[in-house]
Amino acid sequence: MILLFLQLFWTFFLIGLFGFGGGYAMISMIQGEVVGHYHWMTMGQFTDIVAVSQSTPGPIGINSATYVGYTSLVNAGYEPCWGILGSFIATFAVVLPSFILMLLVSKFLLKHRNDPAVESVFSGLRPAVVGLILAAALLLMNSENFSSMSENPWRFCLSILLFCFAFIGQKVYRLGPILIIMLCGLAGIILGL
Amino acid sequence: MFELFKTFFQIGLFTIGGGYAMIPLIEQKVVDEKHWVDHDELLDLIAVAQSCPGIFAVNISIFIGNKRMGNKGALASAVGTCMPSFLCILVIALVFQQFRENVYVEHFFRGIRPAVVALILLPVFRMAKSANINRYNVWIPLVAAFLIWMLGVSPIFVVLVAGVSGYIYGKYLKEDFFNS
Repeated sequence: MILLFLQLFWTFFLIGLFGFGGGYAMISMIQGEVVGHYHWMTMGQFTDIVAVSQSTPGPIGINSATYVGYTSLVNAGYEPCWGILGSFIATFAVVLPSFILMLLVSKFLLKHRNDPAVESVFSGLRPAVVGLILAAALLLMNSENFSSMSENPWRFCLSILLFCFAFIGQKVYRLGPILIIMLCGLAGIILGL
Repeated sequence: MFELFKTFFQIGLFTIGGGYAMIPLIEQKVVDEKHWVDHDELLDLIAVAQSCPGIFAVNISIFIGNKRMGNKGALASAVGTCMPSFLCILVIALVFQQFRENVYVEHFFRGIRPAVVALILLPVFRMAKSANINRYNVWIPLVAAFLIWMLGVSPIFVVLVAGVSGYIYGKYLKEDFFNS
């Protein structure tokens, strides 16, 4: 268990340290480490965590760190009280690097923001972060989240429909994410997905 | 100091949908009500908080807390911002574990999952615009996505390589490629 705590701390410390580009870029990193590398949970469970993180108060990065910390411990077969400790460690670890860095770097960055070296580092980072978020979305398009044509055609087609609804609803009609999530969840219950 | 904690606790509690949704609320509370920073300062602050790693809203709160009351103020603001999320998620996690097997909860989340994928895909287009993605540099996000998606490369590694190559590019290849 101590190993799991140490791994959680180290993983979320790294995510906090290299988490450029906001919550969605962090989701990509959490996905890579927690699902891809350590197999602490399945892609489906991870998607549920993202859904809850999006529709509860607070920054998505904090929400998902808290939730992943809890779920990793409980999935490994430990009692919920250890899960609470896990979520504390993950949240603390994800904030710690930015806390130290912000205190040190804020002065430096304010002074050197137009420095060409700093500028060129960010000119490489910005486009890569866009790719990071794209990868997160692509990785979530799997049979666990959408089902598949051979496994369950009804659920597969409905999932595609709900995907299109959410995409157009937000992009064209500017519906809020919570409203979209609630409507799709209700549709899931009514249509028996 | 309690004032800092309380303000950022409220900001954390009443924003749903991530860091960028917090900006209007921070503006209202911190600039208009408390006058801790002015509008121009907040804009600079947003730029700095965006260019630092970590969670955007937490970075802003650390910055403002630090400006008001030094290290202690930064700590109080950061804890204030994180606390509502932490408590909300814990309650949900504890309850959700029990209702997980419920048929309706299962249907509900099966309906939600495709929507979540769409909601993650959308910021790609928003961010592509603000990152100045054009036909000359569109290969960077595409290659980054491909490496992570198909080859299983860690996103942390991709960010490292992107930062270092940006630095090398700017330093040794003077041609103004990225801003074209």
